[in-house]
Amino acid sequence: MSTSGASGGMHLLDRGVRAIAAAIRSGEASAISVIEEALRRIDEHEGRLHCFNLLTPDAAREAATNIDEAVARGVDPGPLAGVPVALKDNLCTKGVATTCSSKILAGWEPPYDATVVRRLREAGAIAVGKTNLDEFAMGSSTENSAFGATRNPWDVTRVPGGSSGGTSAAVAGGLVATGLGSDTGGSIRQPASLCGVVGIKPTYGLVSRYGLIAFASSLDQIGTFAVNVGDAAATLEVIAGHDPADSTSLDRPAPSLLRGLEDGVEGLRVGLIGDFLGDVASACAKAADDAGEALASAGAKVEQVSIPEMLLGLPAYYIIAPAEASSNLARYDGVRYGLRVEGPDAETMNARTRAAGFGPEVRRRIMIGTYALSAGYYDAYYGQALKARTLVIRAFEAAYERFDVLLSPTTPSAAFKLGSKTANPIEMYLSDLCTIPSNLSGHPAVSVPFALDPEGLPVGVQVLAPALGEALMLRVAATLEAVAPAAARGPVPLGDVNSQAGVS
Amino acid sequence: MESDGGDGSDVGGITLDEGGITLDEVRHVARLARLDLSDDEIITLQGELSALLEHVDKVRRLDTADVPPTAHPLPLSNVLRADEVRPGLDRDAVLAAAPAVEDHRFLVPSILGEAP
Repeated sequence: MSTSGASGGMHLLDRGVRAIAAAIRSGEASAISVIEEALRRIDEHEGRLHCFNLLTPDAAREAATNIDEAVARGVDPGPLAGVPVALKDNLCTKGVATTCSSKILAGWEPPYDATVVRRLREAGAIAVGKTNLDEFAMGSSTENSAFGATRNPWDVTRVPGGSSGGTSAAVAGGLVATGLGSDTGGSIRQPASLCGVVGIKPTYGLVSRYGLIAFASSLDQIGTFAVNVGDAAATLEVIAGHDPADSTSLDRPAPSLLRGLEDGVEGLRVGLIGDFLGDVASACAKAADDAGEALASAGAKVEQVSIPEMLLGLPAYYIIAPAEASSNLARYDGVRYGLRVEGPDAETMNARTRAAGFGPEVRRRIMIGTYALSAGYYDAYYGQALKARTLVIRAFEAAYERFDVLLSPTTPSAAFKLGSKTANPIEMYLSDLCTIPSNLSGHPAVSVPFALDPEGLPVGVQVLAPALGEALMLRVAATLEAVAPAAARGPVPLGDVNSQAGVS
Repeated sequence: MESDGGDGSDVGGITLDEGGITLDEVRHVARLARLDLSDDEIITLQGELSALLEHVDKVRRLDTADVPPTAHPLPLSNVLRADEVRPGLDRDAVLAAAPAVEDHRFLVPSILGEAP
């Protein structure tokens, strides 16, 4: 088989979100040709990568045809016209199975669309399928899926990260131009780092969560993936903005994120968070250090800063997130949708259904969360964690009095081998060390590909900003992207899987 | 302050020893969480939950005098909307997803012991 995107002329699909939409809007290219190329690549590589739980090729072709007809009639087909997108399978799609990669929801077809799904469609983007995730978004490797692991396109013996590993791998493999994930403790940024793509977790409330199946409601936020900062921002612009269906969505207009993206960092104050550097692989620490130097060279004032409260994030999160999850997942009781395992009475039916339907990690989190909320332990664990959350937020606020943005590694390591952390849940949890604090504070953060480690695997760095600081944050990320080696980011040539990707 | 758990806190009549969680307590929590777990799973979870509790002990022991809790990142109070009739989901579409339905209602096994 020929390889796609690896050699020869560059296909429009590889030129990114904005270029695809521009070409289709102008009539220079057809939406159907781009969708056919995406479907062809998926057909060729999905067997090895397993990015998707479900493909929707017929609906995608129909949508593409409609876009091409709109263009022919002179009707505006939308800002993301014809752009192939991947949707994490915890986003509700009307009449299209939505599983959260869980047996408990297998076969369920939501009666409504998530707001982000509707907004993408109205903008002309075309969903090609639902992507794999760690069950209910609980995990950092996409191995906790009831339907099998997703593999990293840079090296199929390694994980893509998680929980949004399916979307991340699909974007990194060039199967789609952009995609949506959700980030509760790092589930967009960590897989983005491990797959050499850009992943944005926006400010809490910037994007409606209506139709996002809840994991931990005070932490969950939907965000975007693409191979470059501008394209991830272009998708985010479309899904952002107030939604009356989500009472926690911010009641303000969606910000403009693309304007000023290339304005540079002259005079910006950047704080490099020092506290993680001792706990991450040397390649990840070096990437963050080098990113700081790159920003300094571009005119920013970069200074290392110690924020010891950042290290409270992980333990506080592993009380708060399971506590919220134990409450949110109480709805899977075998009554209204999904799996039912019969029993002689309702409680036995509930308990049998839940034990049969939830995988080990979800059960573990429900158990710890139920414990942390139970009589006698609520104050000691959940109450204390909420106070630790306050300390993390205060520490960020103090740091943002001195700095415009913060910089850190995204992850403690590059992509690890499949199976290498599944036996030790706590080791897996450490994958989110650097990303969790932004979820506790509700602040935005982005992972941008910045380096290759000695094994040729991509390593991202994280840019963090105060609430609604997306535009500035993305400007810094774009500055880093401009100086990062092109070989450190996707799409990775899929013909070369298993080789030392990125090395030419 | 009640911030030093393991102080003989009563959970279903079971006392938790410092730094660990008992098998009976795991069984109790599984009942609260409506999870019908096997004995092997209970034993595995005892070890995993004890390890996790050790990992988060730093938070339990944190000096938080005068620190208010934060349950949510946004300073939202009640979000209200006009009390207007709006279309909801189609009843038949919702019921079609249910494992068992009778007379336009969700059907479940008996809740209070023996059915009449």
